[in-house]
Parts: sequence; structure tokens; C-alpha cells
Amino acid sequence: MIEVEVRLFAYFREGRGKKQLMKFQEGTTISQVIEALDIDEKEVSIALVNGMDGSLDREIKDGDIIALFPPVGGG
Amino acid sequence: MNGYMGKVLRVNLTDRTIKVEPLDLEVAQKYLGARGLGVKIMMDEVPANVDPLSEENKFIIATGALTGAPVPTSGRYMVITKSPLTGTIAIANSGGYWGANFKATGHDAIIFEGRGDKPVYLYIEDDNVEIKDASHLWGMTSSEVTEALEKEHEKAKVLCIGPAGEMLSPMAAVMNDIDRAAGRGGVGAVMGSKNLKAVVVKGTKKVSLFDEERTKKVSQEKIKILREDPVAGGGLPSYGSAVLVNIINESGVLPVRNFQQSYTEKADLISGETMTEKHLVRKNPCYRCPIACGRIVKLADGTIVGGPEYETVWSFGADCDVYDYDAINEANMLCNEYGLDTISAGATIAAAMELYEKGYIKDEDIEADGLSLKWGDAEAVVGWTKKMGLREGFGDKLAEGSYRLAESYGVPEISMSVKKQELPAYDPRGVQGHGITYAVNNRGGCHIKGYMISPEILGYPEKLDRFSLEGKAAYAKIFHDLTAVIDSIGLCVFSTFGLNLPDYVDMYNAVCGDIYNDETLLEAGERIWNLEKLFNLREGIDSTHDKLPRRLVEEPVANGPSKGHVHHLNELLPEYYSVRGWDEEGIPTEETLERLGLEEYKKYLVLSNK
Ligand code: SF4
Repeated sequence: MIEVEVRLFAYFREGRGKKQLMKFQEGTTISQVIEALDIDEKEVSIALVNGMDGSLDREIKDGDIIALFPPVGGG
Repeated sequence: MNGYMGKVLRVNLTDRTIKVEPLDLEVAQKYLGARGLGVKIMMDEVPANVDPLSEENKFIIATGALTGAPVPTSGRYMVITKSPLTGTIAIANSGGYWGANFKATGHDAIIFEGRGDKPVYLYIEDDNVEIKDASHLWGMTSSEVTEALEKEHEKAKVLCIGPAGEMLSPMAAVMNDIDRAAGRGGVGAVMGSKNLKAVVVKGTKKVSLFDEERTKKVSQEKIKILREDPVAGGGLPSYGSAVLVNIINESGVLPVRNFQQSYTEKADLISGETMTEKHLVRKNPCYRCPIACGRIVKLADGTIVGGPEYETVWSFGADCDVYDYDAINEANMLCNEYGLDTISAGATIAAAMELYEKGYIKDEDIEADGLSLKWGDAEAVVGWTKKMGLREGFGDKLAEGSYRLAESYGVPEISMSVKKQELPAYDPRGVQGHGITYAVNNRGGCHIKGYMISPEILGYPEKLDRFSLEGKAAYAKIFHDLTAVIDSIGLCVFSTFGLNLPDYVDMYNAVCGDIYNDETLLEAGERIWNLEKLFNLREGIDSTHDKLPRRLVEEPVANGPSKGHVHHLNELLPEYYSVRGWDEEGIPTEETLERLGLEEYKKYLVLSNK
């Protein structure tokens, strides 16, 4: 098992909280993390792993910080 | 005249004369209006090298063809003058209700000249235009002067300066509707130097439309796009622009302690989510805006005031290492009342904190003020904002801005500024394209005239690799030209969270007539950008000023996800100049000026070529 920190922002927090430690099997992808959180993948605009962008089929590693955002903007 | 009202007011404050001049429609259409029109007037009427705070400088307020028209986000106006902060062209934009109401008086623009021998304000009620005594208003804050003038002129809208503008602070803003600001470049000080306290407007006229039915249809279509867009119709209205705090921080791009760090574990304390949860009273939309990003918040003492934008939350917050929302809300309110630009004000306090940390500012310098300059001192940040606004004690020195402050200690590099204007809330070492905007922006360090954060972090209109240099110069150029279009037609740049170039063509043509297509409208933006560049070159501000602070190009980011990166400006600039059709020195070529219909300004190329 590996453990990652998941941080949620904007309305993803509703009913889910701001951050949590979660345990997954080795080889789990970001997509599967999103699914485990009961978030519709289509609503995820930005998924950062340790601050870096990338595809949702990336595999997560022990100790990763995963930040999930719906579309946000401003200026 | 469709879209335009056809009249320009020329107000000479020295001899107290008011002239109504016809708007040259051909010129207006070529330069679109607002920003473009104002820059053109500055170029044609103000000679090179005038002192920005002298009678020779002009102070222009201009609307766009779509300002006040029945299309979304049409409440914008522009202030154009020569900046006392940067010495460049100043182009500052604001929303609220004043702009549309001014246009409803039947005028497109006002050109203020000279200087009043005592404080005055301008009152415009349709065709009745009067210069009135403002002696009783001098010294008043934005809400005080607005209340006083609204009592005198029922249902009028007020644009004004606060004490910071009166006292000529080069970071003074022009305020309207109490808490909306044409913030950057010290435009409030130019108004103050003219002894002009306020412009009060009350209008009953309508913008005439080329095709009323089409305008209605096009407008409904664009409102629908904005409402359905997840940012313009979701994130922005729900959380305000401060919704950015977390994404910018999680990406390692949030400047902390005057750009010494680029990430903080405490960011959520000052996020849009936290503001919404703990401080928000309600939303505060501008004229005809379906987005409604503006905030109304409750201060610690229960007072209800305009809330801070993302940039402000950062400047008084993370940049000073402060994570106290009550303090940030109060500093923001003080800036609105005294008429200070929130980015420059907060960033100047941050620079002062670094100067103190490094031993340049000594305890004895600030002892009499009873305020510290220690990182994270929230109470001191509020205290210094007040003293800056009133130029009290050491606040008098802070009111000159971070560049002049740091320079006075022999270390100008501690000022995180470009062309002496404080940089906003993104560390360009983690967003390479955005750094181009900082360096080349004609009004000095600023994010909004080419917001590369959109593609580099937010994924609008598509996602780019934020560390890559490839193609960034060309991308930035398009953003610069598109923003010049939006500023000049009189709409809000936040509408780009949903709308694209063809949408602006649709709206302009429905209101003004079938004049532009995608290509020619974007080219009009390019024309405006080049004319601003020529204005700066005429002032001797050439590409040697297209620089980032040393820290950003030499010192790698210290912490967070962008750790180890520097900004590669030297690699990006030649490409930017080249896609602009400028020579290696960053000077437009004759062919470029010809292509853009700027032949008449070729003579300034000779001057600027030394
Ligand atoms: S998006 Fe925000 S700033 Fe722009 S017009 Fe609407 S409320 Fe005003």
C-alpha cells in the first residue's frame, strides 16, 4: 500500500473536506484517485502531482501530494 | 454615429474653458476607442519629455464603442496619461457603473489640460458641463467625497481621487463608485497635480446601435456562453478572483516575502474559498456583467465594504508573509478610501520588509511611527497602508513606491518591479511566458495586459507547459494584441474566460457596423500596442528597460514545485521582438509601421534610433 495526500479546492471540497491522507494499491492512477473521491473526472480541470501538471493516467507514488481543481480563473 | 457618441470634451483647467469637439469617426474606428483612442491623443497632443505632474501632461478619460452598449461587461472606461511612476504611457482600466453613465451624457472622452489654481471638480449632466469648486472636498476619502457629491447631485455617479492622489503619490489610483479603481501607473497623482478632485456624471442618452436586433441576439448568445463557462459562470462568481490563490500556490508560483519564496503551506488561509466561507457578504457585479466577480465583505468591526481581488490578497498577504484576512480586507478598504493602487502599495511594504530584514532600513528610521517592518506583522501592514495614504512619517517614503524606496538605499534590485512598477502576484520563474508580459508591457510590470497565466496554468484556451519556452513569444504577442482590443472596445478582460476573438468581432460589428473581421480586429490591437511602444520610445524608454528584476533571472526559486528554476528572459525576448516585426533592439521596423497604418509616426523611429 502507498499513502498520498489529496488536496481539494473550490467546490470539490463540498462534502469531502480540504485535504486527506488516502491509501491505495501500488500502480493506482490519478483517474482512480478521482474515482475513489466520487468526483466526475470531466469536472477536473487541473490535476497537479507535487505541483506538476500531467495526464490523468499517471501512476501515483508513496508520499505524493495530489491537488485537484475544477476550472478556476481570475487575474 | 453607431457605438460612439460623437463628442469629445476638452477641459482646460488653467483657463477654465470647456470645448465640445466632434469625434473623428475614422480615427475612433481605427483605434477602436478607450485605450487606443487615448494613446493616439497622447501621442498627437503631448510633446516628448513632459513632467507627468506638470500642466503640460494631459489626463484623458475615454470609453470604448461598446461601453454602455447592451452587451455583457460593458461598464469599462480607461484612463490614459503619462505615468509619474514609470515615465511610460499609463493605461488604467476600471469597471463599476461610472463609465457607462459618463457615456450616457453623450460624450466618448474627456481631455483634461492644464491645472486648476484651486481644487475643482467637473460636473456633466448630458450637455450641461461645469467646472465647480472642490475646496470643501479636498482631503476627503473616496467614500466621503462620493457621499458628499451624491447628496449634491442626486443619482449621479462619482469618479474621484483620495488623499494619495492629492499628495501626488506615484502609486495613487483613480477611484469610481467608491471601490472600483483605475489602479496602476499613478494616474491618481496626475489628476491630483491638476487640482481635479472628481468627475461627476449623470446621463440620459443611449448608445445608438447599427443593428438593434442583431445586437440583442449577439448579446444573448455571449451571455449564455459566459453563464455556461465553468470559470466565468462558476469559479469567478462563487469565489471571486481570489479563487486563484490555491492554484497559483500549488503550482509554486505564489510570491512570498517579496519573491524570496514561491510557495507557502499557509496559502489556504487567504484563499477565495476562505473568503467566501468567512468574510463574504455578497457579490458585487459591475454594469451589465453576468460574471459578477466583485466582492462585498465584512470587516472585523462589522463594517461592510468592497472586498479584495486576488492581487490584493497576495500583495498585503503572502508577499508580506501575512495570512490574516481581516488585516487584508482592512488594508484593501484603506487603499480604496485613500485612493492607492493595491498591488503597488502591498508590494512596497513587502520590499520595505526585505530592506529592514537586510539592515538597510534601521529601527530608528521607523521608531517614531510605532510600527514594525517584520515579516508577517499584519497590524503593521494595515498601519503602513494608512501612513502611505496620508504620507505620514516613514509612510511618506513608502508612498513613492518600492523602486524609489529601494534605490534610496542603493539597492534598487530589492524592488520587484519592471520600469519601476511593482510586479503582481505570479513568480515568472515558474511561468515563462508570463514573464514576457512583465518585461515588455508598455505600462511597466503588470499581468493583465497579456495574461499568460491562462494558458500556462489555468488551461484557457488550451494548456501549455509552463516551463517551456517554445512558442511562448508568439502566444504572448497574440494575448497582448487581444487585450488591447478588449480594453479599447470597452469590455472587461475577464470575459475572455468564455469569449474569444470572433465573439468580440460579433459584438463590435453589431453595435458599430460591419467594420472588422477576426484578422483586422486583432491587427487593430497590434496597432495600439505598437503606438504605445512608440510613445515610450519617444520618451527614451527603449528595450534596455525590458528587464526583469535580477532575482528572477539569476536566483533559482528557493522552495515549492518551481524550485530550481530561473526565468529565461534573454532567450525569449529576441523571439518576441521578431514576431512583433521589430528589430533586434526592440524597435518597430518601418515595414511594420506601414503594415499597421502608423506611417505618420515613422519620424519617431529616427529619434529613438539615437
Ligand atoms: S468580471 Fe468582474 S471586474 Fe469584470 S465587469 Fe464583471 S464584475 Fe466587473
